Amino acid sequence: MSALTWLALAGAVAVALLVAEEAHRRAAASAAGRRFLRHPTATPGVFILAFFVTLATAAPLLAPYDPAFQIDIVHLQNHAPSAQNILGTDVYSRDVWSRLVYGARISLGIGTIAMLVAVTAGAGVGAVAGYVRRWVGAVLMRGVDVGLAMPRMFVLLMAVALWEHLPLAVLVLLIGLTGWFATSRLVRAEVLSLREREFVAAARAAGAGPTRVIFRHVLPNAAAPIIVSAALGIGNVMLLEAGLSYLGLGVPSPLPSWGSMIYDGEPFMAGAPWTSLFPGCAIALVVMALNAVGDGLRDALDPRKETA
Amino acid sequence: MTEPLLRVRDLKTYFVTEQGSGTARAVDGVSLDLFPGETLGLVGESGCGKTVTSLSILRLIPEPPGHIRPGSFIEFEGRNLLTLAPKELRAIRGNRIAMVFQEPMTSLNPVFTVGDQIAEAAIVHQGLSRNAARARAVEMLTLVGIPDPQERVDHYPHQMSGGMRQRVMIAMALVCHPKLLIADEPTTALDVTIQAQILELLDRLQRELGMAVMLITHDLGVVAGTADRVVVMYAGQVVEQAPTTTLFARPLHPYTEGLLASVPRLDTRVSQVRGRLHSIPGQVPAATAWPTGCRFHPRCPYAWDRCASEEPPLLDAPGGEAGAHTVRCWLLTEPQRRERRA
Repeated sequence: MSALTWLALAGAVAVALLVAEEAHRRAAASAAGRRFLRHPTATPGVFILAFFVTLATAAPLLAPYDPAFQIDIVHLQNHAPSAQNILGTDVYSRDVWSRLVYGARISLGIGTIAMLVAVTAGAGVGAVAGYVRRWVGAVLMRGVDVGLAMPRMFVLLMAVALWEHLPLAVLVLLIGLTGWFATSRLVRAEVLSLREREFVAAARAAGAGPTRVIFRHVLPNAAAPIIVSAALGIGNVMLLEAGLSYLGLGVPSPLPSWGSMIYDGEPFMAGAPWTSLFPGCAIALVVMALNAVGDGLRDALDPRKETA
Repeated sequence: MTEPLLRVRDLKTYFVTEQGSGTARAVDGVSLDLFPGETLGLVGESGCGKTVTSLSILRLIPEPPGHIRPGSFIEFEGRNLLTLAPKELRAIRGNRIAMVFQEPMTSLNPVFTVGDQIAEAAIVHQGLSRNAARARAVEMLTLVGIPDPQERVDHYPHQMSGGMRQRVMIAMALVCHPKLLIADEPTTALDVTIQAQILELLDRLQRELGMAVMLITHDLGVVAGTADRVVVMYAGQVVEQAPTTTLFARPLHPYTEGLLASVPRLDTRVSQVRGRLHSIPGQVPAATAWPTGCRFHPRCPYAWDRCASEEPPLLDAPGGEAGAHTVRCWLLTEPQRRERRA
């Protein structure tokens, strides 16, 4: 690795530290923020997330090689970590570090986009089901029950099996569309209690129609549980994607995702553990960080918690 | 006589209760008129149907479990509100008829600035742009007497006191210059000095904007100070209706009499009340099982057998114009019974 890459890596760490520090400073200014900070692992979580997001955004600066570039297919197969290849090379003599950095883009991107799809669908369905009770709500929630009863992995495996060369966008959409059921239940419960609040009656008395009442008055008040479930959900989606990729069914090669990197390295675990170990660590770190931040947010946004 | 702005006839709003305990007849045959520019006080104990009456007018009754019975009739500006399509109804809500709710602490949406909430009705009904709506919100805050309106417009409800929030609620209600303002216990949640300010504000705005006000309250003091006419409700029905001065000078229904006697007064001598405050004996009956006959008879000091068997209609008080002072009581047919008892 060149000096420039090292410099970029130091820069990424610095950026992540700055972000964590700034988040800490802002949080300390409010009661909810202080509850967030009191969570033991929330602040390290913010740092880890900031670091990986920086890696993903600045990937071209941080990766010394193209992630698909085979450096020397004859002499550099499964080469152990060295000064040239800090995390070693894989079986196709690709630089593991470069793939890890570019893989952050794919893995975090899939997690975020799929979760956005899931949260949007879940919040929409949950809000409608909670606000319009009668039969509309009942039908929607029975649909959600069915969705929750389906094993998600198998739905995805089926889609992958039926659809040769599944485009990445479709995979992301599928992950999102199979992941909103729990969110919709959560949102519905919240909306059920919010719809009885006086400000909803006041909004209706002011002439607001049902759509306006649901999406302008009720949903923003349910933001806290939605945000928490989204934070926790991204980690879930990343694990799911990693699982699919590990089975060789997720992100198509040679695109580097952390799951597919583990898959590529798996046959050589005994001789070249670095090819699977580092992406595995990355997944574990990010998912743990997301859970910590989600937990911290739950502490911070729960109105029942005492103000500190 | 001018045409009434709002005409309610035989309004019946029932709630089907769960666990089979029957139908709660919360509002059971209410008729009343409200004339343009007038303040009508709607008085009664908790659970007598005041709020349900007001919610029925705007058709904000949660359905189910509630429903307005066929045969009821609510006419506003010549249109029957009960047969309007939801869209037409929304065009009236907040625009022609506005409502101020009881609890200023919970009737404002905590996640929006007060400016956004005041402007909402103007955006919905008049299609104002964001900037125009903001200017209107500032104007409304000035109108209801909030200092620093330019700054307050961007504040959130939790940054304001109860009295200020109630002013904001009033500003929200008045933003489209409605013809009728329904104020449901607008001062109950506030302390006495703020109450007076809010009532004065309502009074001033009514004169400035020329609207009619339906003031719902259980506080007779509030009614005495502000209302032109008073409607007394008991057990889902109107029991007495009269101009304010008449009602306070000459209450004819035993329930009204009891209500007035129950108000602590600063100017009565202690010897007169014998150290005890008057109270009406008994409790308000359950809305699922109103008493037969006159609904007040179990608590009425004058009741005789006719009261338990036959329900009195609204009768004209003697010596007045027809419809000016009406009372739902058999005593009007046999006034000598009142004397005998007294």
